Amino acid sequence: MARIFAYIVHKGGVADDSAAELVAAARTIDPAATPVAIVTGCGTELDAVCESLRTSYAEVWKVANQALTDPNAELIRQALVKVVPGGSIVLVPHAHFGIDLSPGLSIKLNAAFVSDVVGIEGVEGTSLKLVRQEFGGQVSAHVRCDTSTGAVLNLRPGAFKPQGAAINGVVVDKSAETGTLTAKRRYLETVTAEAGDVDITKHAVLVSVGRGIQEKDNIAIAEELAETLGAAVSCSRPVVDAKWLPKSRQVGSSGQTVKPKVYMACGISGSFQHLAGIKGNPFIVAINKNPKAPFFQVADVGIVADILEFLPELTNKIRETRGASV
Amino acid sequence: MEILVCVRRVPDTSENEIQLNSTGNDIERDDLVYSVNEPDNYAVEEALQIAAKNGGNVTVVTVGTDEDEEVLRREMAMGANQGVLLSDDAFNGSDGKGIATILKAFVQKGKYDLVLTGIQAEDGGAQVGGMLAALLDYPFASLVNSITVLDGSKLKVGREIEGGNREMNEIDLPCVLSIQTGINEPRYVGMRGIRQVASVEIPTYGASDLGIATTAVGEAGARVKRVDYFVSALGKGAEILQGSREEIINKLIELMKAKGGMN
Repeated sequence: MARIFAYIVHKGGVADDSAAELVAAARTIDPAATPVAIVTGCGTELDAVCESLRTSYAEVWKVANQALTDPNAELIRQALVKVVPGGSIVLVPHAHFGIDLSPGLSIKLNAAFVSDVVGIEGVEGTSLKLVRQEFGGQVSAHVRCDTSTGAVLNLRPGAFKPQGAAINGVVVDKSAETGTLTAKRRYLETVTAEAGDVDITKHAVLVSVGRGIQEKDNIAIAEELAETLGAAVSCSRPVVDAKWLPKSRQVGSSGQTVKPKVYMACGISGSFQHLAGIKGNPFIVAINKNPKAPFFQVADVGIVADILEFLPELTNKIRETRGASV
Repeated sequence: MEILVCVRRVPDTSENEIQLNSTGNDIERDDLVYSVNEPDNYAVEEALQIAAKNGGNVTVVTVGTDEDEEVLRREMAMGANQGVLLSDDAFNGSDGKGIATILKAFVQKGKYDLVLTGIQAEDGGAQVGGMLAALLDYPFASLVNSITVLDGSKLKVGREIEGGNREMNEIDLPCVLSIQTGINEPRYVGMRGIRQVASVEIPTYGASDLGIATTAVGEAGARVKRVDYFVSALGKGAEILQGSREEIINKLIELMKAKGGMN
């Protein structure tokens, strides 16, 4: 069986939650595997991350190099190509860094590549049976991956549940193997998001709109409902892409993480990137005219309806009820 | 600046409910509405804006069949100078690396300063751009949501990372960038524009034109193969409210009150 490596994403001296998920995924591929964590970076932050991983990985390969301080996938790829033995399976979290790193890494390792893996169903010799989602999560697909020359697998964050007792692993310093690293792409800086007019992270009730709102003028329908409820209007990515609402209103992995009590998903299909931004187990109401919308799988209550009709009716009914009780 | 944009024709998920066919080996493709992959359209718009500001030409290319010509024409109606179809029976069943291998051969036939792809396709995996860059030994950046031309030899690009933050990088040309949606506002394409390019000839290249070994691409070269499609549930599934519209609204209001969604 191929050796399994887990690429550890970290920040500020702390390993990303995906570190524990990758161990679980490695054990699904091969219950007998002793997956190796690979951590790149430099200085005391790197040391702290390596140390913290010893309880979940039997071996932690530390790759320290001044050039690896910033998150530059081109440099990190060069380091990994030098350090990872041919034929290995490399697991990487499918987030912005993994998307940057893994396709090119698979080419340089002459390994197969599968992105955004949500399940691992079995191994037959050098053939892995994996699960992916396509068409925005409307259908799933089984994919066979030939690992005979190795594989790079990008795993969806949250898809693999951490498990297993704490162990006492060792840190192995592999820094000397990287040699000189040079890149044609240079990291400059990280620009933080601008604060918006409304802080959606502070609201207990969110009326969140997606592509189903269809045009900018219809945002008013959601605004009216939100006003009636004392809620704020948030949205999914297509609404921001279309410039109908500012980026600060976007819920999701590339937007805001929200923790409301009630989340009304109106005309939002429910991509995993969007769902990743909803925390704290809110009561979720999904309203969508497509009965196949993935949001119905995770919502508490679903309504199959066109939001352009349904939301105004709901707003009016709430106003009527209130009017009657005054 | 000579810019190549790699595009794809895909079923449009905003226009279709995607369902399995009766045997489960594919999605039901009858009556599907196809369109250009959305992020690819943003990539073409970005290319057109860069060419307008800095001079140069925009070429759109796709790997596919005659049916895929429609997306090339659509992007030409937007303003791309030419469209190219890469088509061969030997390309059928290619995995991401196979597609990247075909595109690499085409890139090397020309002289492009900048190659753009969309960040991902509806059924794909955000992979071809990064693979193409690695095959060409060009630098690469993914999830690009801003591009500034610094001079003839490098760009400043922003990458969308978590929490609405943006990672700024300097990247040498030639390079490959995969474009995130929202980077610009793609221009509208009317029927008139499409008609104007309806009869423009689209050059087509096959494996031998591109010097591609047929064992390296298609089914033969694929190490990743889709076996079947199925429907799986992410969670326990919502209670779908039934009844008349009025009953549904009353029930929802009750639930919202109970859950703290209204006072």
